[in-house]
Parts: sequence; structure tokens; C-alpha cells
Amino acid sequence: MADSSVAVHSEEHNPALLHHFTEPQQQRDAASLGMWIFLATEVMFFGGLFCAYLIYRLKYFGEFAAASQTLSWKLGMTNTIVLICSSLTVVLAVWASQHAKRALLLGSLALTILLGFGFLGIKTIEYREKFENHHVPGPSFSFDEKVPGHPDLKANPYHAQIYFSLYFVMTGLHALHMIIGIGFFVWLLVAAWKGRFTPEYNTPLEMGGLYWHFVDIVWIYLFPLLYLIDLRK
Amino acid sequence: MSEHTEHSSSLGTYILIWIALLAGTVLTVFAAHINLGPFNAAVALTIATTKALLVALFFMHIRGASEKLLKLVVISTVFFLIILLALSMADYGTRGLRAW
Amino acid sequence: MATPSGPQGERENYLNKHYGVWSWLLTTDHKRIALLYLMSVTFFFFIGGFFALLIRLELLTPASDLVQADTYNKLFTMHGMVMVFFFLIPVVPAVLGNFLIPIMIGAKDLAFPRINLLSWYLYVVGGLLITHCMLTGGVDTGWTFYTPFSTAFTNTKIIEAGLAAFVAGFSSIFTGLNFIVTIHRMRAPGMTWSRLPLFVWAHYATSIIQILGTPVVAITIVLVAAERLFHLGIFDPKLGGDPLLFQHLFWFYSHPAVYIMILPSMGIISEIIACFSRKRIFGYNFVALSSIAIAVLGFLVWAHHMFVAGISVYAALIFSFLTYFVGVPSAIKVFNWTATLYKGSIRYDAPMLYAFGFLGLFTIGGLTGLFLACLGINVHVTDTYFVVAHFHYIMVGGVLMAYLGGIHFWWPKISGRMYPEGWARLGALTVFIGFNLTFFPQFILGYLGMPRRYADYSHMPEFQILNVLSTAGSTVLGIGYLLPMLYLLWSMRYGKPASDNPWNAAGLEWKIASPPTTFNFEEEPVVTWEAYNYEELDAPHHEEVPVGR
Repeated sequence: MADSSVAVHSEEHNPALLHHFTEPQQQRDAASLGMWIFLATEVMFFGGLFCAYLIYRLKYFGEFAAASQTLSWKLGMTNTIVLICSSLTVVLAVWASQHAKRALLLGSLALTILLGFGFLGIKTIEYREKFENHHVPGPSFSFDEKVPGHPDLKANPYHAQIYFSLYFVMTGLHALHMIIGIGFFVWLLVAAWKGRFTPEYNTPLEMGGLYWHFVDIVWIYLFPLLYLIDLRK
Repeated sequence: MSEHTEHSSSLGTYILIWIALLAGTVLTVFAAHINLGPFNAAVALTIATTKALLVALFFMHIRGASEKLLKLVVISTVFFLIILLALSMADYGTRGLRAW
Repeated sequence: MATPSGPQGERENYLNKHYGVWSWLLTTDHKRIALLYLMSVTFFFFIGGFFALLIRLELLTPASDLVQADTYNKLFTMHGMVMVFFFLIPVVPAVLGNFLIPIMIGAKDLAFPRINLLSWYLYVVGGLLITHCMLTGGVDTGWTFYTPFSTAFTNTKIIEAGLAAFVAGFSSIFTGLNFIVTIHRMRAPGMTWSRLPLFVWAHYATSIIQILGTPVVAITIVLVAAERLFHLGIFDPKLGGDPLLFQHLFWFYSHPAVYIMILPSMGIISEIIACFSRKRIFGYNFVALSSIAIAVLGFLVWAHHMFVAGISVYAALIFSFLTYFVGVPSAIKVFNWTATLYKGSIRYDAPMLYAFGFLGLFTIGGLTGLFLACLGINVHVTDTYFVVAHFHYIMVGGVLMAYLGGIHFWWPKISGRMYPEGWARLGALTVFIGFNLTFFPQFILGYLGMPRRYADYSHMPEFQILNVLSTAGSTVLGIGYLLPMLYLLWSMRYGKPASDNPWNAAGLEWKIASPPTTFNFEEEPVVTWEAYNYEELDAPHHEEVPVGR
């Protein structure tokens, strides 16, 4: 990275430098720290849900296992792969901007957005299946399964409803974050198309990347916790 | 004070990490189908944490960060999340225990 | 380039640089945003105070004759919600923190000025929501929203009130985020961590709590709303849920929240005591690190609000043990402030009177917290007026007195005017007397057994005399709050114009003009001196070298 050439630029010549910062590196460092702290708040935001999940999974393991088995682990695994690939396209986009590779940058951003929509599409299919099976918590909820490993034991539908409540709140909140992320990446794609990002200035790309990776990490935990509770033969 | 916080890894590194993440996913699903008794959850969480660490260290560039501050932010956050989970379990895990 | 400090109006400053409503509503100047906050929090303070007045009026007589129990439930709920979320949590960081932190570290503004403005707008939106909620019936669950009453039984507007708190919570999160990044990234050359004013250290610690704690109550509010809308069963015992889970998640934030309230106030006290003792704060390192220790330890003690709620006795033991630790760093600070006073050159200006009040009242409040940490005592006094008195000693006797002291101390800097000292001392004294008359009887009421949140205590008519004293005190207290409102407003027009450093105080904020220019410093200052260099300032031939004017 061309540090010295950046330092030579004065405020008047560097349009990206905001007035209250003394040099571009300080502005970059501030943006980076700011985004990491925002991600810390997001960790705690999801963390409350993980706490509720932990407590109820230990308390009602049988029902959680039974409910989890009504999800499709194949779809969940596909979605996990989709997100992992999208994280790769995100780092490729950032790398491309650092090496002034315009085609790669635009392609990676576009692919990220596509993969994001793919994830949401699969989620929609899953939600619809849940709706059709009356597994959405509320007045029309019904659950009639046995506890895995105990063929004579019926799962308590109230306890299963707690699982599905957490399932919908956790994946719903995650999906909301995906939607916001996709929106931000659409903006990044447009900005990249207009040539706004150079090796000297690609802060929004990096910040968007951090956010996207975080959303990926949340799913990395959600997948085994929600889909793979008890698939033992 | 204003140091370079990161330099990106090479393309090759990114591809390697990507493959590792995919492998971890397959491994998680595979292990979930095997009866490991009480260790199924531990295995799943260990693999998930490894994957998360790979994403954080390499994709989010914590590994290359010259400043310790970002690592401190991440470690502190995880620490307090663990406090939330652990001290809640101090209640839930000890209810119904008989008095000594 | 020295600018003469003549009467305000001759010289361009942040107040007169631009005129018009939009120049204020779209400002990104941290000082203007601080004043926007000052107006909004003061408004909500008086709303919360109004509810307090109604509560105290009802409690004048044992019977529930002024209002019915249902209405009384709404009174103490709205009093609590408004005071906690819309006054105590934001007040010091958003008003004094916003104004002073960039200047104290030698910066032109916070790291993210637009996010700072967003924080204020989020606060306003939250405020509008809670105001609408109040006007259309309010909420009756207590500010603590315990389930399953809040999720399955009450008919009041929980979701709207919850949304108000949620939005205000994000205002708080963004303020904390802004402060942490600012303090890490925007310090002027030479402003090392050990040269920072303790006010800045206090806000740094506060911001850690805001960042890590607030999101947990935010998600809890989401769960309560979801439970109310869809009858999920997460908190409903009939459906297999645990009401205590709500309490764990709620108090995980709400206990550290009280440290969000007190830490910035402690920062103010450090500045005032140093200036009016003409001494460096004794044990600077200990005071600074105690702030961080309070922030960390504060996250480990939340279930001491749940000792009698049904948690296991082993959990109660653990949390009681941890709770004793959190009092230690606060005590360290009190010792250090007291040691600062020793052999200091004490001046009794109004800010110092507020600081003295703080020292005594915060100590009492803190010590009574230790009583509550003891499980045996807790069983008897929980949900009584003992707890009410304990937290009001800290919130009102601590936070509010420090805030008023800080407003007076920095008033010349903010407004360019001096307040009338005589009236200010009268105000401080009135607040102190009114406060003690209001809340000390409540300690007695509590250990005698009067429950909190009861409109009707006619089964214990012997409590009336103490309640009457308390209500009388609250009237005096109210006058004590009105006085500064009036004379500070008066001073903005008729007060004596202030010099740059009327207190001859240490700190970068006193080296720039009163009021400051929009960008604070003409040139970036270079700091070569330690904090609280009062010996230098008071030396006989000390010449003030203008810095970055």
C-alpha cells in the first residue's frame, strides 16, 4: 500500500478525508474500530438468543431433538455452503479492489449478492414447509412427533413450540441481517461500478466485508445448533 | 498510533481457508449422524468454533492486524458472552440440586 | 492566533456561527448536539419528576385515595421508565460527554459526527414513542417489565413502550461506540492514556458497558414483543417457559446499566474535586483503573436482583459473593477523592458543594448496597422502600448531584456566561436538604417493612408520618431543581460574560475560548504536561500559553 504517497496528499487533494481527521490512515483506523465494535454489539444481540436456546435445549432436549428432525439438514447444509462461498467472494472483492482488478471486483460483488439471494430463497422454501406443517408458533401450532430414541414417548407440543419460537426468531433475525447486508452490497456494487474504490480507498468494501463475515459466522453456529441436534441412527 | 491494521493474505490462502470451511461443514454433518453419546454437541460446537475462527482470523484479517486492540475487542466480547451463558447456567444448572 | 475573549457576540463561536432551526437540527458539531440533548433530557427529567410528584402525593395518606391501584401502577412504571431510559442513562454522556470529550483529548469532533446526530434522533424517536404511550394509557408493569404479567396478562401498551426503550437503547449504543473510537483514535499528539482527564476514562468505561450490555436488553424486548404477539411460551410457565429467563436477560443489562449511570458522574466528581482542591487527584492510576474494574465487575452480579425470585440457592451464593467485589472499586474512588481533599486548598463554589453532597450521599447509597448483597438481609428488605432508598441515594444523590455540579462547572465554557454564584449555592443546599428529607425516611420505612409499588398502605397506618416527611422533602427537592433551571436560563442573557478559564482549571477545555469555536482548536494541540497540573497553574508567575487557539 502506498503509504508515503497518501501522506503527501493534503486535505484539499483527498476528497475522501473528512474534516475532523488529520490523515487518511486515522480515518481508516477509526472506521475499522467502529465496525468491529458494532459487530461486538451484534454478538451480544444474538447472544441473548443463544442463552435462551442453551437453557431450553438442556431442559427439553427430547423435544428439541424431535423438532430439529423436522428440518431438512440437507437444505441447511446447502445454505451453509452458500454462505461460505459468499464469504469467499467477499474477500475476493476486497482483494480485487486492493489490486485494482475491476472485473474481478464487480464480478465478486455480483456473485456475493446472488449467493445472498440464494440463501434467502432456500430459507423461504424452508419457512413455507414449516408453515404448511403447522410448525409456526401461534394459534395454529400443532406438533405430533415422538421423542427420538424413545418410541413410546410423545413430545410435549408446548416444549416443541419453544424450539420453533427460537428457530424462527434466530433464523428470522439472521435473515433480516442478510437482507440488510445484501442491500449494502448492492450499494457497494453500484459504487464500484462508478469507480469509487481504489487501492488507496476501499474502506466501505472492507467494512461491508466485515459485516458479511459476521453474518456468516452467526450461521456457522446456527446450523449445527438448530439442524443437527440429534441425527444419530 | 495510526498503524496499518492489515495487509491482505494471498489469493491462495483464501482458497485454502474456503476449502477448509467446506470440509468442516461436511465433517459436522457426518459426525452428527454418528452416535457419540454426550459428545455430539461438543464435537459440533468445536468444529463450528474452528470454522468461525478461520473466518475471523483470515477473512476478517484479525491475524494480520498489527494492533492488539481488535483482538482485545473480540476476546472481550466473547468473554462477556460466555459470562452471560455461564452465570445463567449457575442458576439453571443448580436448581433441584439437593442441599448438602 | 489568539482571539480576544471579550463579551460574547463579538467573536465567532459555535453558538453564533450559524443561525436557524435547520443549522441546529442538521448539525454535526458535537457541542450543538450536546445542547440538543440537554434540552431533550431536561424535558424528560421534568416528565419523570411529574410522575414522582404524583406518587408522593398519593402516599401522603395510607388509603389509595388520590388514584386507584391500577393508575398507581402506571405512575411508578412511567416514572421509572422515563427516568431510567430517557434521563439517567443518556444524561451525562450525551450532554457533558458529547460536549467535552473531543475538546479534552484535543480533537475537532467525535470520530463519527453524523452517527452522533443519529444518536440524538434515535433518542427523540424513542422519546416520542414513550410520550405517545403515556398519553394513550401508559404501561403498568413496573419499568422492569417482568413476565408473565407483561407478556400474558397486562392490557397496557407493552410493545410501544418496549419499542421506545429499544430505540433509545440504540441511541445509547451508538454514543458508546463513538466515544470508544474517539478516545482510541483521535487523541492529540502527546495526549497519552495516562494524561487523559479522569472524566474521559470514566466515559470510556461507560461506553464498554453500553456496547456490551444494551444489545442484550434489546433482544429481550424483541422476545417480549414476540411472546405477546404470538404466545410463544418462552416466558410463560403454563407453556413450559421460565419467567426467570426474562429476569436473567433483563438484569444482565439493567445491572450494568446502573454503572452506565454512575461512572460518568464519577468522572465529573474527579474533575471538580481536583479543581476546587487545587490538587492532582490522589491515586490517578487507581481511579482510572477502578472505572474499568467497575465496568467489568458490573457484568458479573446481575442476579442479585433475583435473590428471592426463585433462582437456586447456589446461584444466590455465587452472585452474593461477586456482588461484594463490585463495591470495592467504588470505595477505592471515594477514598482517593477524600485523600485529594486532604491538605488541598478548598474552595466552596457551587460545583464543589454538589461534589461534597455526592461524596456523602453516594457513600451511603453504596454502603446500603452492601446490606442488600447480604442474602439474609435481602430476604427481609427486598421489594421494600429500603431498596427504593438505596437506589435513589445513588441515582439522585449521586448521579443527579454530580450532573448538576458538572453543569455548573462547565457552564462558563458551554454558554460563555457565569451563573449567579449565590443562587447556585442556595440551589445546591436546597437539593441536598430536600433530597435527604425525601429519601432518608424511606430507609426506615423499608426496614420496618413497607413494601414498594403499593398505593395503599392502610394496613400499616403507622407509616404515614414518614411518608409525609418524604413527600415534604420531595417538594423542597423540586424547588432545588427549578432554581438552576431558572437562573441558568437567566444567565444565558444576563449572566456575567465568562473568561476562557474562570476557575483557573487544568484541562484542554480551559485553554480554548468560552464558548469554543466550532472546530475547538485552530491548530492541533501538542500535549507536554501531565493531567491536573495544578501546581503549575497556581505557581506565582505562571503564564497561560494559549494552545491551539
